Amino acid sequence: MSDTQAATGPKTGRQRPLSPHLQVYRLPLPAIASITHRITGIGLTVGTLLLAWWLIAAAAGPEAYATAAGFIGSPIGWLLMAGWVWALWYHTLNGVRHLAWDAGYGLELGPVYKGGYVIWGASVGLTIATLGVAAFAI
Amino acid sequence: MSTASNTGHGKASMRTPVARARGLGAAKEGVQHWWAQRVSAAALVPLALWFVASIIGLAGADHAAVVEWLSNPLVTVLMIVLIGTTFYHASLGMQVVYEDYIHTHWLLIVVNVGTKFLCVLLAASAILAVLKISLGA
Repeated sequence: MSDTQAATGPKTGRQRPLSPHLQVYRLPLPAIASITHRITGIGLTVGTLLLAWWLIAAAAGPEAYATAAGFIGSPIGWLLMAGWVWALWYHTLNGVRHLAWDAGYGLELGPVYKGGYVIWGASVGLTIATLGVAAFAI
Repeated sequence: MSTASNTGHGKASMRTPVARARGLGAAKEGVQHWWAQRVSAAALVPLALWFVASIIGLAGADHAAVVEWLSNPLVTVLMIVLIGTTFYHASLGMQVVYEDYIHTHWLLIVVNVGTKFLCVLLAASAILAVLKISLGA
């Protein structure tokens, strides 16, 4: 109801489209990059639990460590690690871009789009490379 | 150029000169959070790269290998710095997310302070674990 009111012209009463209407609005790449930076940041924060568990287990002894390492080496563990590694690469690469923006560099529309594509490609590529080398090392 | 100018840009400002001198802005807390987030981010770039490289080297390692790795003094120091910086940066970042999406003031305070308590607790536990291994206790 409030949607209808907001979307109605003040005099004519005609229906006006809301913009951006999130159900039909395609987010531009910079917006996707921005919300992905935030989501990966939240994911990495939750992922610190795994880091803390791994270290505490290592300090507790071989049995506790074997439990933690067994979980990380399980299919669910590999899936979590894949997500964590990608989030780390994305957040790190995009974070460097944010630092450059804060310093006043690369703020034009061209570099912003180009950087968005590069970071998506590089983060996925580096994730595959990281997991591949780790799998090969086992 | 107006004589009433206090912005340095030739336009009269609604802000008092003392407010401008304090530099705390509308949020009344200045740029400390912003700077701390950037400085911790910059520190985490090399630390994260080092950590990922180390973890790849430790893939499939047993307990003894992890203990030996963490016992190296350089690794001990870098891990402690990594843990402290990571949880500091995480708490600063989560605060910004909460401030954007939680509009009930008391809930914002509770969630934010709760996250900071949790971050300090986890950081202290992880650092103790590293020290315990490194010092061979």
